[in-house]
Amino acid sequence: MPKRVLLGLLLACGLTASALAQEPKTGGVINAVIQPEPPGLMLAMIQNGPTQMVSGNIFEGLLRYGPKLEPQPELAESWSVSEDAKTYTFRLRKGVTWHDGKPFTSADVLFSVEMLKQTHARARNNLGQVDKVEAPDDTTVVFTLKQPFGPFLGIFEVGSMPMVPKHLYEGTDWKTNPYNNAPVGTGPFMFKEWQKGSFIRLVRNPNYYEKGKPHLDEIYWQIIPDAAARSVAFETGKVDVLPGGSVENFDVPRLSKLKDTCVTGAGWEFFSPLAWLWLNNRQGPLADKRVRQAILYAIDRDFAKDVIWNGLGKVATGPSASTIRFYTDDVPKYPYDPAKAKALLKEAGYKGEKIRLLPLAYGETWQRWGEAVKQNLQDVGMNIETIATDVAGGNQKIGDWDYDIAFTYLYQYGDPALGVGRNYVSSAIAKGQVFNNVEGYSNPEIDKLFADGAVATPDAKRKEIYEKAQKILVEDVPVAWMLELQFPTITHCKVKNLITTAIGVNDGFKDAWLDK
Amino acid sequence: MLSFIAQRVLKGVIVLLAIVVLNFVLIRLAPGDPAVVMAGEAGASDQVFVKQLREKFGLDKPLPEQLFIYVKGIVTLDLGFSFRQQAPVSKLILERLPATLLLTLTAFAISLTLGILFGTCAARFAGTWLDTAVTIFALIFYAMPLFWVALMGILLFSVTVDWLPSFGYETVGGNYTGFARVIDVAKHLIMPAMTLGLFFMATYTRMTRASMLEVKRLDFVKTARAKGLSDAVIQRRHVLRNALLPVVTLAGVHSGTLIGGAVITETVFAWPGIGRLMYDALLQRDYNLLLGVFVICSAMVLIFNLITDLVYRLVDPRIEFAS
Repeated sequence: MPKRVLLGLLLACGLTASALAQEPKTGGVINAVIQPEPPGLMLAMIQNGPTQMVSGNIFEGLLRYGPKLEPQPELAESWSVSEDAKTYTFRLRKGVTWHDGKPFTSADVLFSVEMLKQTHARARNNLGQVDKVEAPDDTTVVFTLKQPFGPFLGIFEVGSMPMVPKHLYEGTDWKTNPYNNAPVGTGPFMFKEWQKGSFIRLVRNPNYYEKGKPHLDEIYWQIIPDAAARSVAFETGKVDVLPGGSVENFDVPRLSKLKDTCVTGAGWEFFSPLAWLWLNNRQGPLADKRVRQAILYAIDRDFAKDVIWNGLGKVATGPSASTIRFYTDDVPKYPYDPAKAKALLKEAGYKGEKIRLLPLAYGETWQRWGEAVKQNLQDVGMNIETIATDVAGGNQKIGDWDYDIAFTYLYQYGDPALGVGRNYVSSAIAKGQVFNNVEGYSNPEIDKLFADGAVATPDAKRKEIYEKAQKILVEDVPVAWMLELQFPTITHCKVKNLITTAIGVNDGFKDAWLDK
Repeated sequence: MLSFIAQRVLKGVIVLLAIVVLNFVLIRLAPGDPAVVMAGEAGASDQVFVKQLREKFGLDKPLPEQLFIYVKGIVTLDLGFSFRQQAPVSKLILERLPATLLLTLTAFAISLTLGILFGTCAARFAGTWLDTAVTIFALIFYAMPLFWVALMGILLFSVTVDWLPSFGYETVGGNYTGFARVIDVAKHLIMPAMTLGLFFMATYTRMTRASMLEVKRLDFVKTARAKGLSDAVIQRRHVLRNALLPVVTLAGVHSGTLIGGAVITETVFAWPGIGRLMYDALLQRDYNLLLGVFVICSAMVLIFNLITDLVYRLVDPRIEFAS
């Protein structure tokens, strides 16, 4: 008996000590890498990755999303959905102020919605189903939709719908508004200084509405353009955080083994980057489904994952990443099978016509991947010519449909209606633009399924629709899905609680603290 | 002399305008559309958005009209507006120009001083082990790619012995002022300036050595010796001074190459200059910013060349300024 008591006491002490050890500490400065240098920090007007990463600390959305994409309160403390799934009511937090001390109210939400419709392409698309937005009082906002829109609760994170201060932007020329260079948000950190080409400095918001947060005093986002130099900066302790994609993939295993280094793949669940090969369905051999299927059989995707991506990521099974809603792996499978690829090519009557392959000019890893795919396809008798371009040149070629096979990777934004359908429906075929249906795949059944899936209720119905769409697409192989990419975030282990939501470092460092 | 300078400045302005027109056309010949790049970065590329961007930046206008607007701007010293950074190009360049001038001028000074010094030593002791050593080192630095020298420098001086910072212009968050800041910036400057300067130093060393050996054989040097002048005086006043002319010519020509080299050096060492600004602008097809940097770089090359011509006169008084 005494032994049990002792054990219990020890356990209790241990647990208490452990809990104490995890108690966040206040203060300290984090140095993080930002690459490339963002063109600006006004998130409502500039939506590229680096801008989101820095400005996710300054601005906020109505909601955040947990690792399983479940909505969590941010500027909205609660929300409700009407029975007909057409009315969404958000209750805003009370006592929230902008960094200049003015109160944040429902009027700011209304203004932000109107502004974003003009300045934020993704928000404009997402808000396409909204009939009207009303603010019955200072802390309530009501969105009324034209029809039910399944992913609606998934469009409110800070990058998709940042809140903008009405009192600073209303009636001004948004493009030249001075606050674009000194942004004012409601977030846990305030903009302090930007030395172009060197660093961006954010400081703690002392009036942040969540008491005790943020824990850090300052964040320095350091601008280091060369990938090798970024690795050295981490190794020499000059920076503490390397967000995903900051260093070349072949450097990740080496850095991961360094003393006091922690690595996580979390924080990409919302974006779910999926890499694939655009296959130009319009012309030449690739117009034949059997040739496209042969390409999937011919490519050793496990090799790409294990060798080129150092074991990071997951072989894709179809158009949806396994981390987004309504994913199914119950689809036709394409294991690495060169013999089957050869047979399919023969059956399709492929006679060695030249096929142009555009690798992605995003650095060494992508170049190596291009070489591996070329070799795989040549092994089954395809005549592949690699076309070298930079990113802008490659995008133009893809947008002009002047390619046969081209590498890409795109974000999926948590829901097939937001980030999958755009690449397969006929209405998204538009010359001159990239990242839509540039492969030219057209299937009325798929068009209908994606149209129905976006507005269907309840979720079980949506699940059924999207699972069917995935099966059809995987059978047709409009593009060749390669890998669900993983961009690990590398930190010194003294950095705690950095990633807590599905958008990772893009969601700001309000929960992060330093174990000094 | 003043009329010479005025004439050169006038010619320079004409050359500059020709460069502007040529660059404008060349950039637009390259594939890649800034609106598509920006739409891609925004994670959306619907037709409305791309059209909106093209209209916003005047990219929907016919090319001759765009050229006319741009040249008109240049004449009134307006370098235009950066598509991507949403700021006036002149502001963006002016923010970065001091860092590039500091880097390139330091590299230039290091390369010229050390190059002439080593070249003189090699020529003075031609055929000895010192000459061989200098020649071999010059050859090595001449042959090594800039980015490799930079990375090896970082590995040795930052990672292994931790003497010098590996990136940046000054210590972030250091908040140094006065002399402490000068020292801090100097520490950050050593590696990029040496990296950039080494190649040119090697060139000047070889050029000085070869030129001095050639001059040494000339009759007037024999005469000087016959007059009984000391070797040091002969080397300094007669040999070196005459041997410097080709080195000065080369240094003038190198001014453009130096700025080109700054692109790589600034990228590897995260030095916040216009070299990197140019590199990013090229990748983003930020036409106005790229053209603006080209204009400034071209102007700098023209100024360097003018200075070279003036230095000629100082080195060799026999050269007259053509009116």
